[in-house]
Amino acid sequence: MRIFDPHVHMTSRTTADYRAMYDAGVRALVEPAFWMGQPRTGVSSFRDYFDGLVGWERFRASRFGIAHHCAIALNPKEANDPRLTGVLDLLPRYLAKDGVVAVGEVGFDSRTSEEEKAFRHQLELAREFELPVLVHTPHRDKIEGTRHTLRLVEESGIPPERVLVDHLNETTVAMVHASGCAMGFSIYPDTKMAPERMVRILSEWGTERILVDSAADWGHSDPLTTLYTGRAMLAAGFSEEDVDRVLWRNPVDFYARSGRLFPEGGATAGSTFEGNSLLRGERPEGDDR
Amino acid sequence: MSVEHLPDAKAREALTDLCAEVAEHPTRIAVLFPAAARRVARGAGPSGDPTGLHGPTVEDLVRVALLRTLTRALPAPDAAEEIHDLYEYGDADERRAVLYGLHHLDTALPEVASIVRGLLADALRTNDPRLIAAAAASPTQALSDDHSWRQAVLKCLFVEVPLSVVAGLDSRADPELARMCADFAHERSAAGRPVPDDALTLLDRFPEHRTET
Repeated sequence: MRIFDPHVHMTSRTTADYRAMYDAGVRALVEPAFWMGQPRTGVSSFRDYFDGLVGWERFRASRFGIAHHCAIALNPKEANDPRLTGVLDLLPRYLAKDGVVAVGEVGFDSRTSEEEKAFRHQLELAREFELPVLVHTPHRDKIEGTRHTLRLVEESGIPPERVLVDHLNETTVAMVHASGCAMGFSIYPDTKMAPERMVRILSEWGTERILVDSAADWGHSDPLTTLYTGRAMLAAGFSEEDVDRVLWRNPVDFYARSGRLFPEGGATAGSTFEGNSLLRGERPEGDDR
Repeated sequence: MSVEHLPDAKAREALTDLCAEVAEHPTRIAVLFPAAARRVARGAGPSGDPTGLHGPTVEDLVRVALLRTLTRALPAPDAAEEIHDLYEYGDADERRAVLYGLHHLDTALPEVASIVRGLLADALRTNDPRLIAAAAASPTQALSDDHSWRQAVLKCLFVEVPLSVVAGLDSRADPELARMCADFAHERSAAGRPVPDDALTLLDRFPEHRTET
């Protein structure tokens, strides 16, 4: 089983996790920018964080045979802090980088006007830098928050297939399916969404446009829930082909729209000396942008 | 950069366009420099190494071409500030390219030399062999004092950067460097770990220290 985790916060994890993920079949991942549990107090904290995402974390992952990509954004929760609005001015330098395959996590936490302003601004940046968008849907008032999200996405004019709406569940899948956006499901150990529930959703909605992630971070979470979901799918009668579509090809197809994805580990992912040919900037899978 | 390293006419044209844009609007380099690899080309450079450890990659050379354009478009201190920012905001690939392009700055100016020394020191503090190799290989190592330069050589041995890339190895290796290498080799042997061939090769030039290992 080869696995691409489209949403996992490796900065919060250990090298033992990297090793376990590799052993489970994880070969590539995307780490979106989010908050750190402890609120940040200034723009420079974000700079160090973004530098880590495109620098040290990428290097660390490569040492364990995993291609690390990231998404860069001001997260919804901290968009409310006036000390941090300057982060929006930092974003263009980072959104221009190789290995940055999306704008994210953006979206709503409490659906404030500040959150909406930051969300709209970053959707505009996604258009300018021709990047897909990873959207976090709120934990509280999720249904209305997801509806509001889809409205802003539609108003932005970004094609829906370039937007991944994440943290979905049984109550929000239908509207995102109808929108044409990619559908993300974060599988947690106990709450929110479990492998068995995920299998029921896949049985009902099929495997098209559906991505499964661990969203593992510093909280109670598990970077192997992608593997558990794959096993649950096989146990429920899905084919190896179905599992590969959900756990590998769908996330690859989605992030390849950036034109900057190297899921097998390119020159930016600590590749080996041998076996690399001269590649042009664009990869074939990125031609549709 | 020499055009023979670019794969095709499309890449050459893309690089020409990027250089023209930097010449006209130098501050645009902030977003063009990171995007240069995918806009122009990437891959192994003349060294044959796509990781950039043994020498600059194609994308490094593309970015160095942008740096050279910048140094012609701006007064030297302003160009140095901009290049400093490109490094500061850069990912490892961008930083490596900055390091490979430092010698295009006019380091005769003390304020420029100071910026260059700062960037070399930063790269040598990291644990990323690709950055360490590019910093050690830079002709601007001539600006480093002997102690800093010896520390750079030792760091290369520690992270297995081949000493063949180090700028000034033939002319600057001295008994003090040999002593440091001998101590390093002794420490490795005491721990039951192999001594890198590069350390032994260097010690061959200083027989009085070779015997201590």
